[in-house]
Amino acid sequence: MIEVDKLTKYFGERAAIRDLSFSIAKGEVIGFLGLNGAGKTTTLRILGCLLLPSSGTVTVDGIEVTQDPYAIRRNIGFLPDTPPLYMEMTVGAYLAFAARLRHVPRPELAARVTEAEEKTALREVHSEVIGELSHGFRQRVGVAQAIVHKPALLILDEPSAGLDPAQIVEMRNMLRGLRGEHTVLISSHFLTEISQTCDRLLVIQAGELVGQGTEDELAQAMGQGSSVIEVEVKAQPSGLAERLTGIAGVSKVRIVASSDSATTLEIKSTRDVRAEVARQLVTAGCDLLRLEQNERRLESIFMNLTHTPAGGPQ
Amino acid sequence: MTATWLIARRELGAYLRTMSGYVIAAAALFVQGILFNALALGSEQNRMSTEVLSQFFWVYSGTIIVVSVLLSMRLLAEERQTGTIVLLSSSPVREYEIVLGKFFSALIFLILITLPSVFMPLLILVNGKLSVGHVATGYLGLFLLGSACLAIGALGSTLARTQLLAVIISGGMIAGMILLFPMGSLTERPLNDVLMALGLWHRHFPPFQSGLINLRDVIYYIAVTYFALFIAIRVLEARRWR
Repeated sequence: MIEVDKLTKYFGERAAIRDLSFSIAKGEVIGFLGLNGAGKTTTLRILGCLLLPSSGTVTVDGIEVTQDPYAIRRNIGFLPDTPPLYMEMTVGAYLAFAARLRHVPRPELAARVTEAEEKTALREVHSEVIGELSHGFRQRVGVAQAIVHKPALLILDEPSAGLDPAQIVEMRNMLRGLRGEHTVLISSHFLTEISQTCDRLLVIQAGELVGQGTEDELAQAMGQGSSVIEVEVKAQPSGLAERLTGIAGVSKVRIVASSDSATTLEIKSTRDVRAEVARQLVTAGCDLLRLEQNERRLESIFMNLTHTPAGGPQ
Repeated sequence: MTATWLIARRELGAYLRTMSGYVIAAAALFVQGILFNALALGSEQNRMSTEVLSQFFWVYSGTIIVVSVLLSMRLLAEERQTGTIVLLSSSPVREYEIVLGKFFSALIFLILITLPSVFMPLLILVNGKLSVGHVATGYLGLFLLGSACLAIGALGSTLARTQLLAVIISGGMIAGMILLFPMGSLTERPLNDVLMALGLWHRHFPPFQSGLINLRDVIYYIAVTYFALFIAIRVLEARRWR
């Protein structure tokens, strides 16, 4: 559905994105992951035909964005980082306006608006003025305007920005509900949200693609195939790290924190080495206080990818 | 063109749903009423009806210029300030449809708030005679002048990032165009003819004021409207490349 080849965008002298290449199949749910300023928004704006690229090609459904952006926009639903809401309009009137702009025929208008409101749980505020709604509702109105014309491609730039934890869960469930009807691109720095909602992740760092694939594929590429474990021992760390590195499968041992009473180590390995680590520690005479598998795997993949200098592991 | 009409209708709704539209309308009518009373009706000596009427349109042209700048400042600058422009630019809408929709909404609103002033020239009937043709011609002149100023205002609003900046830019452009005439009168031939003919007010408005329609003046105001809107559309198109 989308083919991006050597996409580059300059703002003045500065390249916001450089030589991005990737492709997205119809029906996929893709997560764009990156720190602020990494180039996520610029990439999404180009895919949404709001901006034109400086060089490189982007084709959506076989149409080049510089050739006929008008035709592409007909099949796109776009939610920017701040939802584009006319504060003085009612939710219903606003959605009808958005639908008419995207060529929804008049006879279908009421049905489409109702459908979008139902999917985003906005039925109850249909006649309310947008300016009087809470932030969570406004964000949902933003999503509703993007889906009201049933676009083939749905682009959501940080749909969960500024929401409270309960609203984030609601938003996540809503996004899951959209799966299957559209090809969806979501950008976020909420890693947990993206790993649970998306089929595939594209990690962008300083305008370049530094990793892509499923969470497992990314972990594999980063040499975090199976696990990261953390141990806390009541001993001096001298010689301890070397001893643990000797265990088959352990790739890296790092001292995370150290005090007079205890030392915390992080052990990266390609297989489950918990039993061996425990045995080694005990035979070495260390008092084992804690040993746990690190749950925040995606987070560490993300941190690793975005902290590697550009041109690092792909 | 459907999109033009949709945008114009929404924009007109925004003028009517928010305070600013009513405030501008009320202020314009109030100021015009006071000025009409003070300048046209207030004088002691006896005057011809046409003279009073002419003075009414003379005063009103100033009001129209100020109101046009105020009405047009929000057109695109506000959308950019609040980010709502993305709704339009991510939809299958062409730039000319955005600019024309905005411009027509402001023009329709300007007509709506100018119409209630018709009672003022009718007051002349109390003590004098009135030519309907003269009144109609004066209003045609106001309409053409307003359309040119709104188009320049729309251009200023497209260039500016904030509404305040839009007012300053459009106000500056309009003042500059009005001053072309006095500036032209200070220069020598052949430059003075060109500058004076390009002036926004001195040569082209007074004929309407005294009940005279020159094709030259009508074409001038339409041309100014066209060029200002044309540049505004180009500016908006260019923004996609930046």
